[in-house]
Amino acid sequence: MSGTCRETVIIPCSGIGKPFGSVSREAAYEVVDMLRPAHARLIALSRLVLGDDDARDAVARHPVVTIDGCKLACAAKMAKASGARRVRELAVIDTFRRHPKLKPEGIAELNDAGRQLARALAEEVAAIVDEQAGGEGRDA
Amino acid sequence: MPELPRRKVGIVACSGEEIAEGTVTRLAALRVLHELRPDDTVTICLPLFLAGGEGDRAFARVYPTVTIDGCEKRCAAEGTATYSAPPAASIVVSELAAGCGLGPIEGRRQLNEAGRLAVEATAQRTVELVDELLKAPRARRFTGTLPSAGP
Ligand code: SF4
Ligand code: SF4
Repeated sequence: MSGTCRETVIIPCSGIGKPFGSVSREAAYEVVDMLRPAHARLIALSRLVLGDDDARDAVARHPVVTIDGCKLACAAKMAKASGARRVRELAVIDTFRRHPKLKPEGIAELNDAGRQLARALAEEVAAIVDEQAGGEGRDA
Repeated sequence: MPELPRRKVGIVACSGEEIAEGTVTRLAALRVLHELRPDDTVTICLPLFLAGGEGDRAFARVYPTVTIDGCEKRCAAEGTATYSAPPAASIVVSELAAGCGLGPIEGRRQLNEAGRLAVEATAQRTVELVDELLKAPRARRFTGTLPSAGP
């Protein structure tokens, strides 16, 4: 597969129909597009459901951060079942508990609070990416 | 006479977060579920076929299901068939969009114009399939796919 050895794989859950699922996805995009584009890449959870070889190889070889939208924790469970060994499991609800004023609403499009919550969660993910990269993560 | 439960069609989108076509699948599914056929459709998060329980895995056995995939890998169609039951019909956004002369679809976080048109085309095709499935007799499930979807 492509990518550097210090790259962290980010797997948001595929939550459809729940604002917390949208926050997980938005946070993942914020990390890979804006905060740590050189040190983080995204893998679609559905590829792991399918058992896609490249996706399984990526999660087996790289540190993984999963971001789940509900307690069913699909991303964390699928990452581990797909051979990931170094998994940090994050849940949107935990970030929400730290920022209770940022109540996400909207599914196809998040409200402002939801986007702010995603940004806060993305900062947490970026900090983990930096740790995994041994302090080299910060792209800016 | 007791009322029969209302028939519904399951919609399963791959949601492929890596590419813009995946975003199209999710937004098209939401448009059908919330706006176009809210009383006739239900959905499930695809990974629940593996991460969930037996009730989740029964989804496509209970509801005739339309899968919506972003690309020819067809994660939703294959995942649904493997872990629940074969979908009654399937759509592949990249093929549908090409057939409609739409593209390139870009912007997984914020779709471009071609992507937004693809959402509409995908939603409309899904609605056609949902309506067809709801008209089919209970015992006989519609098993069609888009001509471009392959075997
Ligand atoms: S963790 Fe919850 S919201 Fe996310 S894909 Fe699974 S069931 Fe859906
Ligand atoms: S079908 Fe294609 S777009 Fe959808 S999750 Fe699979 S690889 Fe990604």
